[in-house]
Amino acid sequence: MSEQSKQKILSRIRNHSLPPVGLPEVIHGNWIRYDDPIAQLGKMIEFVGGSFECLPSIDSVHDRLKSFPQMQEAKRVLSLVDGIEGNVDLDSIPDPHDLEDLDFMIFEGDIGVAENGAVWITDAKIKHRVVLFINQHLIIVLRRHRIVHNMHEAYAQIRVHGPGFGCFVSGPSKTADIEQSLVIGAHGCRSLQMYVIP
Amino acid sequence: MNVTHIDHPQLANVFARNADRAHWHDGALWFVRQKRDRQASLIPEWEELRELAGQIKTHTLVNLADILVQFENNATALGAKVHWAADAKEHNEIVYSILKDNNVQRVAKSKSMLTEECHLNPFLEERGLNVVDTDLGEWIVQLRHEPPSHIVLPAIHIKKEEVGETFHQHIGTPKGNADPIFLTGAARNHLRHKFVDADAGITGVNFAIAETGGIVVCTNEGNADLGTSLPPIHIACMGIEKLIPRLVDLSIFTRLLARSATGQPITTYTSHFHGPRPGGQLHIVLVDNGRTQIRESPDFHRSLNCIRCGACMNTCPVFRRSGGHSYSATVPGPIGSILSPAQDPKLHHSLPYACTLCGSCTDVCPVKIDIHHQLLTWRSELAHAKLIPLSKRASMRMVSVILRNTWLFKISGWFARKSLRWMPRFAIYNPLNAWGKSRDLPPAPKDSFRAQFAKRKRNKS
Repeated sequence: MSEQSKQKILSRIRNHSLPPVGLPEVIHGNWIRYDDPIAQLGKMIEFVGGSFECLPSIDSVHDRLKSFPQMQEAKRVLSLVDGIEGNVDLDSIPDPHDLEDLDFMIFEGDIGVAENGAVWITDAKIKHRVVLFINQHLIIVLRRHRIVHNMHEAYAQIRVHGPGFGCFVSGPSKTADIEQSLVIGAHGCRSLQMYVIP
Repeated sequence: MNVTHIDHPQLANVFARNADRAHWHDGALWFVRQKRDRQASLIPEWEELRELAGQIKTHTLVNLADILVQFENNATALGAKVHWAADAKEHNEIVYSILKDNNVQRVAKSKSMLTEECHLNPFLEERGLNVVDTDLGEWIVQLRHEPPSHIVLPAIHIKKEEVGETFHQHIGTPKGNADPIFLTGAARNHLRHKFVDADAGITGVNFAIAETGGIVVCTNEGNADLGTSLPPIHIACMGIEKLIPRLVDLSIFTRLLARSATGQPITTYTSHFHGPRPGGQLHIVLVDNGRTQIRESPDFHRSLNCIRCGACMNTCPVFRRSGGHSYSATVPGPIGSILSPAQDPKLHHSLPYACTLCGSCTDVCPVKIDIHHQLLTWRSELAHAKLIPLSKRASMRMVSVILRNTWLFKISGWFARKSLRWMPRFAIYNPLNAWGKSRDLPPAPKDSFRAQFAKRKRNKS
């Protein structure tokens, strides 16, 4: 039935032609740029409910995280960043449901976008994609040279080579579905911290 | 229920009768519109983005057959299974057969206007499946057995006290607690179990990329991502107009969508799915359900460019004051008033009149659909097809006769000026005068415009 419907839909479209319209250039253009894209990224991440800090090295991120009482009390911490330790071994977990009580997820972002505080993350190195969403608190580490001004520069860098998942994350999960009151912590993470290192 | 037509004025009247709620609703949506304005004003190239977005969407519509085939080939190469549905019924049957073949009992669903359009939830529930809408607003209206009243803000018509009462009845929150933070937390805890227990996840699609075979889903809550990364089966349902040609086109749409919708710089999660998870299944259902027919209409095909941001609803003076339910349509508001009559003109003939032709919708539309022009075009089509009520047709014919005859025009002008000045109030503000409801007519002038103009000319010379 699906094949029949496919032919029906396609032939109906093909039997009715519309005047041609060209496909415009979208990567190169006079798009917004910032004098200080790092500061702009920080401003936007705070605007969307996250926290932001520039630190001199991965060791200082490690020390900063260790100083948080919440982190000290956390039972399950997953780190996929070299130099920051966790206590969950993702590869030894067969079923994503076993990650339900994940407290912290520490991850390296691919691209940070100054205009909207979005960070591109992918599941290329993750066995279970759910760790990006099921955690209570998400910590993203980003290298300074991975910051771009706008979405055009970001998409110019993104490549699809095969099956996989990628996501722009902008701040912690949120909702305003009850009387337009903004509440941080809907279904995804309750907080998002971002650290930029050289 | 056998409804022959939907009477927007009558349903709007029901909503407007509660003046406090109508004012509150108006204010809540205007607040979202102002947030949109602030975000748009921060982007110097905003108008250029709108222009390009319209071009990309129109290009897609022109080349839709090739783009759909390209998408299917690339999605299939990534391991997804693409299904084609001519109408709502076939869509529902496809989704059901996938669920049945995999012995699915429980489904975690994220927002999809297409599945609302196809009435998928009742179809699956009648067949014994347990379907939970996981978007908070959608879940609230699901618990209350109501349809969403807005495509982006499904529960915008409901007050927090009512949400508190609904949650008290269904999940046992303390009676009288109406704190949005508390209620959202309660929903999070309750729905976490639903995510964990789900056997399959159903999502909508914001954009489908022909060049890569991927789909993009945008949420703020992260519900689409949780709902698809725990169970092994992901079913994504989309109208065929959701295609875009290239991955890089998203650089335009991701900048426009959330800024237009809720005044956010981008949605919290903009998820790009390319193929299924390792060991999982990804099904993509492409649905026509009247879209190829709208595409053939020279007047209305541009309405298929819509990216469902809801900006036209937030700005519309009629929507804000009459509520989404008064449209009785899956997509309400200005854009819905074009799309719904295109699907069933008899049923939805009153919607193109739920419009003051102020043009604000056209000004905010991120893909530059000329919404109010199309609504005006609809009115003349409906009049020609004799689908509007006799009272309206008769009065329009009368006005047409008067305006074409100088003598009649002069006489009726004279009569109106005199009678409005001398007739008692109860005679003017009678039930037949729809314009006199809850407002006064302006005072009638002593002389006609012609007389005033002649007098002015005389005085000058």
